[in-house]
Amino acid sequence: MNRLFLATLSLLSVSTAAIAQEAGEAASIDQAISDAIAPIVNPIVNTIFYSVPLFGADVPLIVGWLIVAATIFTFYFGFIQFRGFKHSIELVRGDYFDPKDSGEVTPFQALATALSGTVGLGNIAGVGVAVYLGGPGATFWMILAGLMGMASKFTECILGVRYRNEYPDGTVSGGPMYYLSKGLSEDGKAGLGKFLAIFFSICCVAGSFGGGNMFQANQSFAQVSNIIPFFQGKGWLFGIILAAVVAVVIIGGIKSIARVTEKIVPFMAILYVGSALLIILLNIGHVPEAISAIFAGAFAPTAVAGGAVGALIQGFKRAAFSNEAGIGSASIAHSAVQTRHPVTEGYVALLEPFIDTVVICTMTSLVITITGAWVPDSGVTGIDLTAKAFETNFSGFGYVLAIAALLFAFSTMISWSYYGLKAWTYMFGEGQAKEILFKIIFCIFIVIGSSMSLGPVIDFSDAMIFAMAIANIIGLYMLMPKVKVLLADYHERLRSGEIKKVV
Amino acid sequence: MSDIIIVGYDGTASAKRAVQHAAGISKASGGTVHLVHVLEWSPYSFLTPEELSERHKRREQELARATAIVQPVVDDLKSKGVNATCEVRHGHAGELLCEIANDKKARAIVIGRTGSTSIAARLMGSLALTLVQAAPVPVTVVP
Repeated sequence: MNRLFLATLSLLSVSTAAIAQEAGEAASIDQAISDAIAPIVNPIVNTIFYSVPLFGADVPLIVGWLIVAATIFTFYFGFIQFRGFKHSIELVRGDYFDPKDSGEVTPFQALATALSGTVGLGNIAGVGVAVYLGGPGATFWMILAGLMGMASKFTECILGVRYRNEYPDGTVSGGPMYYLSKGLSEDGKAGLGKFLAIFFSICCVAGSFGGGNMFQANQSFAQVSNIIPFFQGKGWLFGIILAAVVAVVIIGGIKSIARVTEKIVPFMAILYVGSALLIILLNIGHVPEAISAIFAGAFAPTAVAGGAVGALIQGFKRAAFSNEAGIGSASIAHSAVQTRHPVTEGYVALLEPFIDTVVICTMTSLVITITGAWVPDSGVTGIDLTAKAFETNFSGFGYVLAIAALLFAFSTMISWSYYGLKAWTYMFGEGQAKEILFKIIFCIFIVIGSSMSLGPVIDFSDAMIFAMAIANIIGLYMLMPKVKVLLADYHERLRSGEIKKVV
Repeated sequence: MSDIIIVGYDGTASAKRAVQHAAGISKASGGTVHLVHVLEWSPYSFLTPEELSERHKRREQELARATAIVQPVVDDLKSKGVNATCEVRHGHAGELLCEIANDKKARAIVIGRTGSTSIAARLMGSLALTLVQAAPVPVTVVP
């Protein structure tokens, strides 16, 4: 394993050095990487974010795609996210977990792992981007999208468990690629199912390089280089260090590092939300003002490009990017859970967009709005805007934010390396060499991500993540009657007492 | 009251002495020795997605390994004319031993002493201390 790790490192440094050489001495290494990537990335981004003008603003069709889906699932399952909320809490608390199954993955663990994949820089930096471009009004639409997204997550996680593969050795593989292919072949649409599964897998691999990786590396570098001036302009160096640590975990199999961060991440999340709450309390006088700004901005903004629709689009976009509802990624993590019935996992999963978007993202945007850190067209966006907002009350919070950003980024990368790997092995089959190859490419993208300026990176990561939703949601529409049958069956078992509380 | 003695068994020398102690009592009274092997496990620990997908496999392996430790002891006791049963469980040792003692309406719990005087044991609290505080039945700690 050590040798493999060294090989990766040398491969990384060789590739970086090669790009550096091409660039010559005049341009910086970072600029060279940006220039090399932009021509490849831009056409992809333009295709996926094909926009139509609506009320004077450009509406990317894909954002509408996600929101329409979330709305349809919300109605189709009769506002399950509100009706089932209490049941979700009971399931996560372990009220229905049979003690005889102790040692298996509990609903709490599945939720925590999936959350560590979604609670990432989207919650810190993504919200900064949304508020910068969409104004405070974006917050309103973000919360709405988060609430609706709970129904999408519910649907996809039930299917993930229902159609997972359980191998004789006891390992499980699940996720959209399995329910698309297996679920649709039940209806005699095996060809379409296979096509959607492959399409999803390609996008998932690309998404794991984009939003699950480059965006994370890029924004944590932005914050770290702000407080450690040594790194300024040395994105590639930061990238190589980060890639080395990730390589140790995912290639070297040193799980202890991942385990340490997995323990710190919840702590950082609490610290982050706690600080946000404290700032809100300290500025309690400004809260009514902020809330009215959020509502006013949501329906009739002044200083925002695209008006109310601009705020709506930014809010929807960032919410979808942050909680990944309808994208299909969380379904991969959730399908490993031990459960008597697939529906329990849907109930557990619907808490994810709630915690991620309705709680954590809202905290960030409230802090930005309340502290008045948002200045339209100032150029202060992303994580810089969030940092500026937090620092108005706690000078030195930038350091905490940098550590939080790094840890969030790291845990998100670990999760996405797994999601990407699962899609990769679905397409190419399992095998040591194939898996190592994927992991090496993943690490190279960390270096690329931290070397690029924000624009191309964020666009590319958005594009790839959203592209996953195209195949996933088509499948969800076709499979949702099956989910409804499962749901009825589950409630029948609850009523009959076949599934009951253990305490 | 049923005549069951619960023994916390982890294969160490002191645990073996605990088994001998319990076997002596049970043989005299015609009762049963119930060996419990606990695999420390928290339902709230954090796992990476990869660990999540392998959890079921790992659990089976852990159970098989633990059974391989406990089963020979049960067989040995039976050959000596002592009624013996066993179970392997994941969880917190103190909580589980108390719970099993309750469920089986056991007459006593016997465990071996770890002999640890380290700071860690003092801070974290040993199994013996937990049981003495919380067990529903008398607890014997065998040195």
